[in-house]
Amino acid sequence: MIRFLARRLAAMVAMLLLVSFLVFSLLALAPGSLLATLMGTAPSTPELIEATTAKYHLDDPFLVQYGRWLGSALRFDLGTSVRSGEDVLDALGQTLPMSFQLALFALLLVVLVGIPLGAAAGLRRGAATDRVVSTVAAFGMSAPPFAVGLLLVYVFGVLLDWFPVFGSGEGFGDRLWHLVLPAVSLATALMAIVLRQTRAAMLDVMDQDYITFARARGVAPTRVLVRYALRNAAVPIVTSSGVVLIAALSGAVLVETVFSLPGVGSLLVVSVNTKDIPVVQGIAMVAAAFVILVNLAVDVLTGLLDPRVRARQVAS
Amino acid sequence: MRRLGWPAIVAAVPLAVILVFVVTGDLLAPFPPNEQNLLLSSGGPTGEHWLGTDDLGRDVLSRVISGARVAVIGPLLVALVAVAVGICLGLAAAYYRGRVDAVISRLVDVMYALPALLVAIVVVGISSGGYAVTVLVLSLLSVPTAIRMIRSAASVQSGLPYVEAAQSLRLPARTVMFRHVLPNIVPTVVATFLLDFVVALIAFSALAFLGIGGQPGSAEWGVMIADGREQILFEPWLALAPAVMIILTAVCATVLGDSVYDRLTARREAR
Repeated sequence: MIRFLARRLAAMVAMLLLVSFLVFSLLALAPGSLLATLMGTAPSTPELIEATTAKYHLDDPFLVQYGRWLGSALRFDLGTSVRSGEDVLDALGQTLPMSFQLALFALLLVVLVGIPLGAAAGLRRGAATDRVVSTVAAFGMSAPPFAVGLLLVYVFGVLLDWFPVFGSGEGFGDRLWHLVLPAVSLATALMAIVLRQTRAAMLDVMDQDYITFARARGVAPTRVLVRYALRNAAVPIVTSSGVVLIAALSGAVLVETVFSLPGVGSLLVVSVNTKDIPVVQGIAMVAAAFVILVNLAVDVLTGLLDPRVRARQVAS
Repeated sequence: MRRLGWPAIVAAVPLAVILVFVVTGDLLAPFPPNEQNLLLSSGGPTGEHWLGTDDLGRDVLSRVISGARVAVIGPLLVALVAVAVGICLGLAAAYYRGRVDAVISRLVDVMYALPALLVAIVVVGISSGGYAVTVLVLSLLSVPTAIRMIRSAASVQSGLPYVEAAQSLRLPARTVMFRHVLPNIVPTVVATFLLDFVVALIAFSALAFLGIGGQPGSAEWGVMIADGREQILFEPWLALAPAVMIILTAVCATVLGDSVYDRLTARREAR
């Protein structure tokens, strides 16, 4: 197990290195010269051009620039924003809590509503619950979060006037109140993934011989459900949770924009549209690290849950 | 058609109407979509303007109809490319197995773990790419799902006796893959196509909504939502009309895909 973990951690570091190179290359992707991109809207006086060239070492070869950038990134120095002159890490620090609260709220909804509903649908195939759940899942799979958010704003914010329409609110209670509609919009899309996977996993498990035999032996129904069925359905559910966490990244960008929430997603959109490359690079690195960590966590968790998976991991 | 069941028929009708809009473009729109009439700005729905007018007095219904073309053509192209590449690489992985399969599957696994929309936002946004770049980037990002779905369907077929029979007749690999295996996985190909279409439709409108890859002020569904979002308190129809169109198109395509897949596989099993 320890060797498996060590190998995965080494692979993770290699992935991060590869990603960091791709992220740094984003600079080269922007139209126009590097100098123009990095100077932003500042007036192009000879002094400023010289200062910018010196600051970003633009006269060095690309790989040397990359090495220097990586070196400072390892010391948690991601540069400064071209747009505001703010430190990128500070900008991230100011926006991350908002996105984290939104994601946590949405994930709570997904776990508390999605998994039980999916399990219920899988237990009684073709029953009314199953049909309703499957329809809702099909809707959630295909409706984009920003369109759903807009409909929710109109119905619950404008027509019924139950929830605030824009902004993030002050203090805990008010913040929670402001986050209800955004969290529901985000959760709708994510819930669909969990609903489908949980339902399929439950259907699969309930067809197994050991469930039939457990029932025939007269094992209590709750024990069959929890110890036999849920435990075996847990692996696909954990795998789909990883997919959900990664999908939440993209979803949060859209939802934050719809509801004008000052989170990392909004920051990314503004930075991309203003070609504020250092900020985009910073956000991309954080997102990549998150994705890699989630995948590692899923691998470790499925190994802990299922001895067969663990045996395969240790053997390979 | 009747064999597909009522959900498919209900889903096919709006899709057919939208396809007509895509083909005819502005012809069916009651007003030119970009004609401004400041005397009628920000008007609610009336007998003449069914969905009202926007802040520049442009007819919202006409803009929604004319926006169908931009909203649908790109995703169709993406789905076509993804399925074409998916068929070639998916069939090859399932047919040759071994090292070919290992390389293709490994590549798919790595790309599958990417947050696709986020990558599209950053790449299309930073490169200031237009419609063509958006199509290219989204096609690349859709390929893994297509390969994965087609490979798993083709793997089942590759183990069946008819493939071995064809091989023992010394038919070339290409013939076995495309003439023998491919016709047997048509339901999966159709389902993959519709799934990729829906994912691309959402991605395209999301990018346009965020102001990336679309022209500001143009009659494009995502752009219209972004433009109308701030007016939601006063003129909700501006943003709601295109939002409903996107949801309608995506949900109908999903339902149709599910029904076609269920129907075609059920018929095959019944035989």
